Amino acid sequence: MKLKSTILAGTAVALLGSSALAADMTIVSWGGAYSASQNNAYHKPYMEMNPDVNIINDESSAEAVAKLRAMNEAGNITWDLVDVVASDAIRLCDEGLALEINPDTDLAAAPDGTPASEDFGDLLVSECFIPQIVYSTTFGFRSDIAEWNGKEPDDICDVFDLETFPGKRSLEKRPINNVEWALLCDGVAKEDVYDVLETEEGLDRALAKLDTIKDQVVWWSAGAETPQLLADKEVVIGSTYNGRLFALIEEQKQPVKMLWDAQVFDLDGWIVPAGLPDDRKAAVMEYVKFATDTQRLADQAKYISYGPARASSAPLVGKHADLGIDMAPHMPTDPNNAKNTFLYNYEWWADYRDDLDAKFQAWLAK
Amino acid sequence: MSETATEQVLTTKDGRPLKASLARALRREKLRALVLIAPLLIFVLLTFVAPIADMLFRSVENSIVEDTLPQTVNALQDWDPSSGEVPGEPVFAALAADLQVAVDLKTHTRLGSRLNYEKTGISSLFRKTGRRVKKMTEPPYKEQFLKADKKWGQVDTWQTLKQFSPRYTDGYFLSSLDAERTSEGLQMKPEDEQIYLLLFGRTMMLSIAITVSCLLLGYPIAFLLAQLPLRTSNLLMILVLLPFWTSLLVRTSAWKVLLQQQGVINDFLVWIGLISDANRLVMINNQTGTIIAMTHILLPFMILPLYSVMKTISPTYVRAAKSLGATDWTAFWRVYFPQSVPGIGAGAVLVFILAIGYYITPELVGGTSGIFISNRIAYHISSSLNWGLAAALGTLLLAAVMILFIVYDKIVGIDNVKLG
Amino acid sequence: MKKGVGDLMPSNRGASVRYENVQKSYDGEILVVKNLNLDIPPGEFLTMLGPSGSGKTTCLMMLAGFEPATHGEIFLNDRPINNVPPHKRGIGMVFQNYALFPHMSVAENLAFPLQVRNVGKAEQEEKVKRALEMVELGDFGNRRPAQLSGGQQQRVAVARALVFDPELVLMDEPLGALDKQLREQMQYEIKHIHENLGVTVVYVTHDQTEALTMSDRVAVFNDGVIQQLSTPDSLYEDPQNSFVAQFIGENNKLSGKVIGVSGNECLVELDDGTQLKADKVNVNAVGDRTTLSLRPERVEFEPASSMENLVQGRIEELIYLGDHIRVRMSVAGNDEFIVKVRNRGERRKLETGETVPIGWAINDCKALDAVA
Repeated sequence: MKLKSTILAGTAVALLGSSALAADMTIVSWGGAYSASQNNAYHKPYMEMNPDVNIINDESSAEAVAKLRAMNEAGNITWDLVDVVASDAIRLCDEGLALEINPDTDLAAAPDGTPASEDFGDLLVSECFIPQIVYSTTFGFRSDIAEWNGKEPDDICDVFDLETFPGKRSLEKRPINNVEWALLCDGVAKEDVYDVLETEEGLDRALAKLDTIKDQVVWWSAGAETPQLLADKEVVIGSTYNGRLFALIEEQKQPVKMLWDAQVFDLDGWIVPAGLPDDRKAAVMEYVKFATDTQRLADQAKYISYGPARASSAPLVGKHADLGIDMAPHMPTDPNNAKNTFLYNYEWWADYRDDLDAKFQAWLAK
Repeated sequence: MSETATEQVLTTKDGRPLKASLARALRREKLRALVLIAPLLIFVLLTFVAPIADMLFRSVENSIVEDTLPQTVNALQDWDPSSGEVPGEPVFAALAADLQVAVDLKTHTRLGSRLNYEKTGISSLFRKTGRRVKKMTEPPYKEQFLKADKKWGQVDTWQTLKQFSPRYTDGYFLSSLDAERTSEGLQMKPEDEQIYLLLFGRTMMLSIAITVSCLLLGYPIAFLLAQLPLRTSNLLMILVLLPFWTSLLVRTSAWKVLLQQQGVINDFLVWIGLISDANRLVMINNQTGTIIAMTHILLPFMILPLYSVMKTISPTYVRAAKSLGATDWTAFWRVYFPQSVPGIGAGAVLVFILAIGYYITPELVGGTSGIFISNRIAYHISSSLNWGLAAALGTLLLAAVMILFIVYDKIVGIDNVKLG
Repeated sequence: MKKGVGDLMPSNRGASVRYENVQKSYDGEILVVKNLNLDIPPGEFLTMLGPSGSGKTTCLMMLAGFEPATHGEIFLNDRPINNVPPHKRGIGMVFQNYALFPHMSVAENLAFPLQVRNVGKAEQEEKVKRALEMVELGDFGNRRPAQLSGGQQQRVAVARALVFDPELVLMDEPLGALDKQLREQMQYEIKHIHENLGVTVVYVTHDQTEALTMSDRVAVFNDGVIQQLSTPDSLYEDPQNSFVAQFIGENNKLSGKVIGVSGNECLVELDDGTQLKADKVNVNAVGDRTTLSLRPERVEFEPASSMENLVQGRIEELIYLGDHIRVRMSVAGNDEFIVKVRNRGERRKLETGETVPIGWAINDCKALDAVA
């Protein structure tokens, strides 16, 4: 008798709990400083405005693609909103794992009335992708290397110049960006890079160029590695996301400088998982509308040096919330930094990623 | 068989045959045992057997093509790739009809991703064509398709489609073995794409190296622990188990700090003058790093079974050997060591199997020469979403372990393994 | 052995062993062996007997070389061996649980001491064969120890300890794990092997029957000291102190005080006032407290009046044991006084509660040191 009543009570609590859960919203992101910036710029103000919504942070973005697929196969989507890079968004969209959105109805217009589709412009690289920030993969170098005799790298090809700039480099353990840089420094014009890469010889050319520095390269797979390697003097120059280098230089005050030349722009943003129940979908779409408006995107730049994805947000970027320094000059999109930039070709990589990755890994393993 | 058994069936007092009675009594026992193990059995079935079966299935499963393009697959049956010509209008018409449905269901891009693993470019081909297919309402379709993307006019595209139209495929397994099926039949992939056999080989070699170094380092420690009084050995055992108390990532990062070129060990070696500042040792981001870090992580798995087996070896055996005239070394080698072999077997199997499946540590400290096949499996699971290939690689790894087990059984004997 | 073992094994001279002022402590606080002096002549079968913790096994281990002596010196054939490692001492040893190597066959076990001595292959085989025959296990060479019975394993262990013709064999409670019947059989076999081979045997046991059956001499250990070293019969007949009297065989204790001494005899007054005469063994002077020791089978019922010691006893309990009757009596305040009466069938039936006269000779009653 007692057991029975305990079970009943337990069921009641569970039912109450699940009704309370209805207001929970699980938002998946990358963790660390990036999640913190989203928390400050989006989550906190939204929860203040909507006390009945409780945002739960999940730091699983790195394995989001696989997990979304697994959730989809299991028919139980536990995430409401997922922060992914653009290429993953394309992949998820192709796989039918992300919801297609209509920018003009689902997203807020700019303060001056410009529709979202125009405000975001070219950055809407997939039907499912809601851009949030522009970041770049670029190089940082140590400014205290005696062997460099006072010279500082100012060109992407200095990365391949072991004579003037001896020392180890760190590069990402995947072909994306590396093969483009290699071809640029092998004399291929920027606009021809992908046409050349499409051919067998083009890739060989890129790998041959990379071969010239291969034994001086430490390959990274997590964005935090290059800043650590630079701080430890394990490498003298290395690629990573510009926000990581900002933290290394401005927050940790390491003797490291930015090499903005041929930085590769990439996008990060939201996707809404496909197959959400209507009530959850409605709740998350309301959040997305708020979190991607002009002011919110500009606010995020107070906490991290990534450029807002809306054109209308750029003039609103102010000072860093803690350091008090002007953030605009640290944005990858700042005209001084963006003299020579390279645009990642999503469509192309969606086709060639598997093929090139296999060849690149085979080359690495040799 | 004794004759009485056939002539006269033994019965219990109430006249039942004795055998039936016994079986009845035993059946209840068996049922009881079954009920007791049922929770575990169900647990294992759900969490272990089912996923493995699913993995085996995924490595050959390929129903997506037929499910998405049923009419096209059917129409393609009569097409001969060796004719060198793209299929005719009926096939294009079927494709148009299939795609109309697929676009509504948004499954065409998914099929594109699947076929892109086999032939680069199909992903965008399907994406692009999907946007246009709604407008294709009137024949002739062939022209319209060719206008949408010229790849529809290439035999290769159609050959891939035809080749991967059956519900089951050996394509993933061929890829796992660096092979492929081309128009000229089965052959190895171009050399610049071969990687999996190399990685399989390397995974085996490094795992063996890790197992051997665990054995070399762990045996003396286990020996010492087994000789010491229980209280002291318990204390030391805590030290052995200490690595388990910190997270894998923390430990691996600690190895980075120690082993990197500007790291503690190199600094020390430079400081004592053993190596010059310019010639700092490279001990991480290569195979050495993987072996060192993994040996550290897996060492307890060698020490524990060794220790528990050694603990059961009575010290009188060594004493007996010495009293019979054996030197310390002979007594150890001829008498103690053979009795510790089951522990070595258990420890080695444990370490080897754990090593073969590791990927986090090799990823972090292995550089390019110290990574394992598991790193590629993880990549295909979490990054490229090529789960079929990941499943095939996993299946092959499982098969390799099984084969090694059988070899081990033949050489050492599986009953010569004990955990204590 | 039923056969002449001497024909099978070449008899070799035994070694002599001498302990000189040997002391042993494990923890630096307690001496487990206190100043041991012991001389074992060649060919002797000496048993170290004592309760557990008495130091006997430690003495054996020091001789084998597995425990270093804390102080003093041990000599083997008059050669000091303190610094000789065990494998160079050439001593055969049989362990309590046989310590047969489980991963080797019986023949390999036997060949082991020969192999480490670099004995030639042919000679090895010959010796192993002979040793197996000696212990009547000729067909068991290819078996693993685990496939043998306890008694067979025991024989293999003995054979292994002898196969390399040692002059000295140590046995550490070798029969402890066997059942009673097998143990008795093995006692005789070991005794015969010893007699035939002439080796010196140092045998450790806590079983007095074993000690008495097999030994030339027995050293009774207690508390790290040899309490008595003598032949089995004098150990029984002439115990030198209460411990030995108590430890060897059955014994009645009566405590009292010496009130008179004349020559080898003394007069003792028990605590209830009874006066008895006894052999003066371990008492010195009038006034000493003493314990009288008396074997149960030496007490007579209804003795002749010429008996030196005569007392009255009340029968408390009778236990019929076939060949004899065990009578528990109350004598001079001792309720545990045991008398063994031989069952001749002619004696009148004893009754519980009956008070009867009993008596014994002076020689059978030893005045020993007092026990608390």
